[in-house]
Amino acid sequence: MENALFEYLLRLGDDSLILGHRLSEWCGHGPVLEEDIALTNLSLDLIGQATSIFDYAGKVEGKGRSEDDLAFLRFDKDYRNLLLVERPNVDFGVTIMRQFLFDAYRKPLFERLVHSSDEMIAAIAAKSLKETKYHLRHSSEWVIRLGDGTEESHNRIQDALNELWKYAAEIFYEDAVDAELKANGVLPDMDSLKSDWDTIVHAVLEEATLTIPDNNWKQEGGRKGLHTEHLGFILAELQYMQRAYPNMEW
Amino acid sequence: MKEFNIDELNRKFQEKIDNDIKIEPKDWMPDDYRQTLIRQISQHAHSEVVGMLPEGNWITRAPNLRRKAVLLAKVQDEAGHGLYLYSAVETLGADREQTIDDLHSGKAKYSSIFNYPTLTWADMGAVGWLVDGAAIMNQVPLCRCSYGPYARAMVRVCKEESFHQRQGFEIMMKLAAGTPEQKAMAQDALNRFWWPALMMFGPNDAESKHTQQSMDWKIKRHTNDELRQQMVDITVPQAEMIGLTIPDPDLKWNEETGHYEYGEIDWDEFWQVVKGNGPCNKDRIDARRKAKEDGLWVRQAANAHAEKRRARNAKKAS
Repeated sequence: MENALFEYLLRLGDDSLILGHRLSEWCGHGPVLEEDIALTNLSLDLIGQATSIFDYAGKVEGKGRSEDDLAFLRFDKDYRNLLLVERPNVDFGVTIMRQFLFDAYRKPLFERLVHSSDEMIAAIAAKSLKETKYHLRHSSEWVIRLGDGTEESHNRIQDALNELWKYAAEIFYEDAVDAELKANGVLPDMDSLKSDWDTIVHAVLEEATLTIPDNNWKQEGGRKGLHTEHLGFILAELQYMQRAYPNMEW
Repeated sequence: MKEFNIDELNRKFQEKIDNDIKIEPKDWMPDDYRQTLIRQISQHAHSEVVGMLPEGNWITRAPNLRRKAVLLAKVQDEAGHGLYLYSAVETLGADREQTIDDLHSGKAKYSSIFNYPTLTWADMGAVGWLVDGAAIMNQVPLCRCSYGPYARAMVRVCKEESFHQRQGFEIMMKLAAGTPEQKAMAQDALNRFWWPALMMFGPNDAESKHTQQSMDWKIKRHTNDELRQQMVDITVPQAEMIGLTIPDPDLKWNEETGHYEYGEIDWDEFWQVVKGNGPCNKDRIDARRKAKEDGLWVRQAANAHAEKRRARNAKKAS
């Protein structure tokens, strides 16, 4: 596999970038000012993670691409994020459920990556883990609040769960990239990742009085560059300046 | 309990003001003083929150990761300012939700500058440089405002605004030193924001109905025209330094006074925008109203859940 590490970094970085983008769409429109600030905080953390990851990815690739080149100047098929994170915000319920399903994966993921044989990944994971712990606490609390709030909020957050469940399955997509990185210790001890995620998700959903959907279909594609229709519009905004005014400093 | 008559209370109040002793929430204060502060601080809070929209407009389109992060952090700061200003309003006995409803109904005002659109990336520079620049000019003296909670909130706000102003100027500087297209983009932004930024200080002193009373109460320390002059004097050399032209053919340095003279402000435009005829008044208020309406079920859920929790805990305890 040619440059499995680069490919893996794109998966990690694109998840952060695209979810960070989605959350930034909330800025100025949150349900209360406190949540406006909280969602922007999440976005800032994720954009920061993407920056460090792409910076390193550019070095690993060795073609002289900067973090901005990787963030702004690829075509849709070259983005490797989960379909989950490009799903539209819709309302606060969908946004929070999307965040929760993602945080419940990223926290145990970073807990493992801090032991990576790759020192840069270990360092990025250590910093990101601190942030992600807070993110998970925030999204878990809101899932519980909305699930165990009013009838309307319960229905909305249950609908969000039903809607997003099949996308969550892609979190555990694996291919030759993972196999190679596991073999050389870049990805240590990934076997129990899914069961950690299950434990977190079940505990929170139970407290939130929500029901896990019985739909077991896995909607995959993002990790291979096959996206939903939404990514094109995200990129149209994200890349606008870099495409309209190429090769300029900002 | 010792009884005070109203004249005695007024005398003691003015004595504190005259001796630069801060008025605190539990102190007696004249109704007019309280109402003036409620009006001014809630307008200020609304300006911070409405002000998130024109800049929020460019977050998803920021040209690189660093600019995106800085802009996000800046707009987030404005939300924070809104929060502690609403808290300051609450210390005066006003209800935060009511003041927000007053904004949405058009009863309460906010800074008119936010009714202008942000059309290009350079507007992020112009807004930071000029709008936050003017805001600092207005707010630094408010750190010495006679009302304690407002003065203290302003100390923190001003620190952050000064970072905002610098990041805006830095965007402009970079553009002005960039390609001809970038420089033109910067000049265009300056052309559009210069006059509205000068209008931010409010009507000329002769037209300003609140100034004198506010100065007697030491809520306000300088007149609108004094602050506006200060803004012009500081900003003109900055524009020159980065090679941009202030869009005012009447602008000239007056050796005798040591100030710049500047052209006539279009007060008709100012009052039209205040009255609701600015390019974005409706969009801004619609966006804020929508945020509140769309968030209603979320706030209800949070309250309902908190209530259930309390009930469950009480049951456990008994």
